[in-house]
Amino acid sequence: MNDSQGILWEVFIQSKPGQPHKHAGSVHAHDNEMALQNARDLYCRRSEGTNLWVVPASEIVASSPEDIGSFFEPSNDKVYRHPTFYSVPEGITHM
Amino acid sequence: MNSLKLDENQLIENFEAKLAKNEMIEPKDWMPAQYRKHLIRQISQHAHSEIIGMQPEGNWITRAPSMRRKMVLLAKVQDEAGHGLYLYSAAESMGISREEMLDQLHTGAAKYSSIFNYPTLTWADMGAIGWLVDGAAIMNQVMLQRTSYGPYARAMVRICKEESFHQRQGYEIMNVLATGSVEQKEMAQDALNRWWWPSLMMFGPRDEESPNSEQAIKWKIKRETNDQLRQRFVNQTVSQVEKIGLVVPDKAIKWNEAKNEYDFGEINWDEFWTVVKGNGPCNKVRIANKIKSHEEGAWVREAANAHAEKNNKTKAA
Repeated sequence: MNDSQGILWEVFIQSKPGQPHKHAGSVHAHDNEMALQNARDLYCRRSEGTNLWVVPASEIVASSPEDIGSFFEPSNDKVYRHPTFYSVPEGITHM
Repeated sequence: MNSLKLDENQLIENFEAKLAKNEMIEPKDWMPAQYRKHLIRQISQHAHSEIIGMQPEGNWITRAPSMRRKMVLLAKVQDEAGHGLYLYSAAESMGISREEMLDQLHTGAAKYSSIFNYPTLTWADMGAIGWLVDGAAIMNQVMLQRTSYGPYARAMVRICKEESFHQRQGYEIMNVLATGSVEQKEMAQDALNRWWWPSLMMFGPRDEESPNSEQAIKWKIKRETNDQLRQRFVNQTVSQVEKIGLVVPDKAIKWNEAKNEYDFGEINWDEFWTVVKGNGPCNKVRIANKIKSHEEGAWVREAANAHAEKNNKTKAA
């Protein structure tokens, strides 16, 4: 889909070192370098981050919204994965 | 030559300035070769511990005393597998491959936590492991949430959050046994007797015997020493033992009012080093099982590869 607008890239910003990169939005560009620069100009005009990732949108593999029920269902009935499922005696600390 | 040397000094200076400001190091940042080496070793061995750690508990899945306990134990062992995978990925961000790490584990070049070289003899051991072994691991991992390498720290945040049920389920098992029949209480006390000391050993050698510790603290990989973490674990755990009517298997354990902490007895360091060096009760069987499962899984990896190749060909055609 490489028309005169370049391809679509997804932009991920790390707000400061140590934080995970978070999706900020998308940008159009014709190559890696331009994608980084365009992403910087579009999403980082106010010191939003210390690091940027750009990924061609077509390279992202995503789950489909219509499958949302069955795809994530296996974790719905497993309350025992949460600490509140277990009883410990009154007054126990550090647990 | 001179300018090259200057560059290296400048790089080290920048690196240390970042650490001084408590900023994290990210995969593409420059870092000293020794820092990279230290972390690859630490993170991969941490990952191996999670994976080998599935065996002692996996041993009891088919014999869990109820459906509830069986589901819980399965979920816990599944979590350990997940934690191993988070950690392998974090290590890979430093430039070592998954294959290389697995090879190091299988050949014995890389170690894993010695605690998993002890056998799980009774159902009460599932309680003791969740409560004490996961408890000691959590103590260490809470500290590592602030380690200086970003991907490792982020893996730790995820792991700590997920582990919050592991310790409680273990303590619940112990509490039920300790307040049950005479035989059940004896079983709980026996498990505590066998797991107490190995759990204290999990924090590693004493500070003065721990050659890597000083550098790790300087680089903010670790924020606290082995002995500090061990002391905190004892301080927090003794009241948990007493609360369910069990006895800490250490005659020297005593509250020290002046120091505001517990005094406790000396660890059997001969035993510690024997197990580290590969001669614990289960070292050989753990690695043999790991290699066996790796080899028996070879056809799955090959089939997945063949399937992906076929799909790529179809797409290209």
